[in-house]
Amino acid sequence: MISTLINPKQIIAARVAKELSDGDVVNLGIGLPTMVPNFLPEDVNVILQSENGYIGLGPLEGDIDPDLVNAGGQPSSILPGGAFFDSLFSFELIRGGHVDVTVLGGLEVDAKGNLANWMVPGKMVPGMGGAMDLVTGAKKVIVAMEHMAKNGSSKILQQCRLPLTGKGVVDMIVTELAVFRVTEAGFVLEELQEGVSLETVREKTEAAFIVNPALA
Amino acid sequence: MISMEEVSTLFTDGMTIMAGGFMGVGTPQELVSAMLEANVRDITLIANDTAFTETGVGPLIVNRRVKKVIASHIGTNPETGRQMIAGELEVELVPQGTLAERVRAGGSGLGGVLTPTGVGTVVEEGKEKITVDGREFLLEKPLRAEVALLKAYKADKAGNLIYHRSARNFNPLMALAADTVIVQVEQIVEIGDIDPDEVMTPGILVDKIFVQGGCQS
Repeated sequence: MISTLINPKQIIAARVAKELSDGDVVNLGIGLPTMVPNFLPEDVNVILQSENGYIGLGPLEGDIDPDLVNAGGQPSSILPGGAFFDSLFSFELIRGGHVDVTVLGGLEVDAKGNLANWMVPGKMVPGMGGAMDLVTGAKKVIVAMEHMAKNGSSKILQQCRLPLTGKGVVDMIVTELAVFRVTEAGFVLEELQEGVSLETVREKTEAAFIVNPALA
Repeated sequence: MISMEEVSTLFTDGMTIMAGGFMGVGTPQELVSAMLEANVRDITLIANDTAFTETGVGPLIVNRRVKKVIASHIGTNPETGRQMIAGELEVELVPQGTLAERVRAGGSGLGGVLTPTGVGTVVEEGKEKITVDGREFLLEKPLRAEVALLKAYKADKAGNLIYHRSARNFNPLMALAADTVIVQVEQIVEIGDIDPDEVMTPGILVDKIFVQGGCQS
């Protein structure tokens, strides 16, 4: 485990890593989520699923095989014990509840557990790829994102404004400031990241939230 | 087996075409080139994504051969988004798992599939919602094509196919869902050289084999 975390993304990835258990089947979104395995303790081995058709996704080592890429289209590897399959089976695993945890980035999350992360009307319409299936089917959905957008606005909202990726799908949000759980009663602030005050989180979070009594 | 010249004669304007591949990996690049050379236009293209401007099915978009694309992701090919916003290209975005299931339905004689993916999002617009045991599902309809362009690693002369690594993706599904199935292969071997246990797509689904790099008898 790395002891000094120098930037917000590392803080987020290191905290998400604590949510993963040995043997979990995990799907990681592109970007920040792919940093999570760097922070796993040595005795925790997870099995990474790549939605383009395999389990046992590993880091790129040695020669590049043009037929072996991850879900971001980047050259990748498969670990011993892994398996390839077609896109149909890949999404049977995902939708069928055989993926324990998915970690995705987010543009907005709201108090009902709604997630928006696939398009900004008029600006960015890349397509949802596998994200809608992942948030629908994975047993646990963790949104790993910076607390605020680049313009300083909160990404944790009472109600999402952008088109949704999934309705009522998010279980947990990890930011560089805090950890929230989504419950029937709305957001519950479970943890403050090291050195962060409750006042800071209140100031930078648009949505209402309940504070876990253990934090008070 | 088929030559590049013969491949070119299989396309007509306005056709619906499926192509295997994920960001170009597992896309039959030489068959895509044959389509470009055949100057076929106004096609409806079904593929996971529109890849990049230079690779995968991307050049079909860049060279304006496509009237409508049905895909899960277009973000890596800026030309797709540009043509869509300019009103020059119709784009139907489909969640990746739903796209796979729609192709499966088209290839396996099903009237559609019920999936929870997309419920409560723009994906549900215009679709029938069906409640089964208290849970809502979307009725997603089958997809079929006149021609499927596939990529495999190895074929025997009976058309039995083996794919390589993550280049498998949508290829086996699409082999079931088109009237004519054309496969670009890296290697061709004699009948019997592939163990029946190792076959990933049986040869009865394959109509034409194009051996990568040119024409062989």
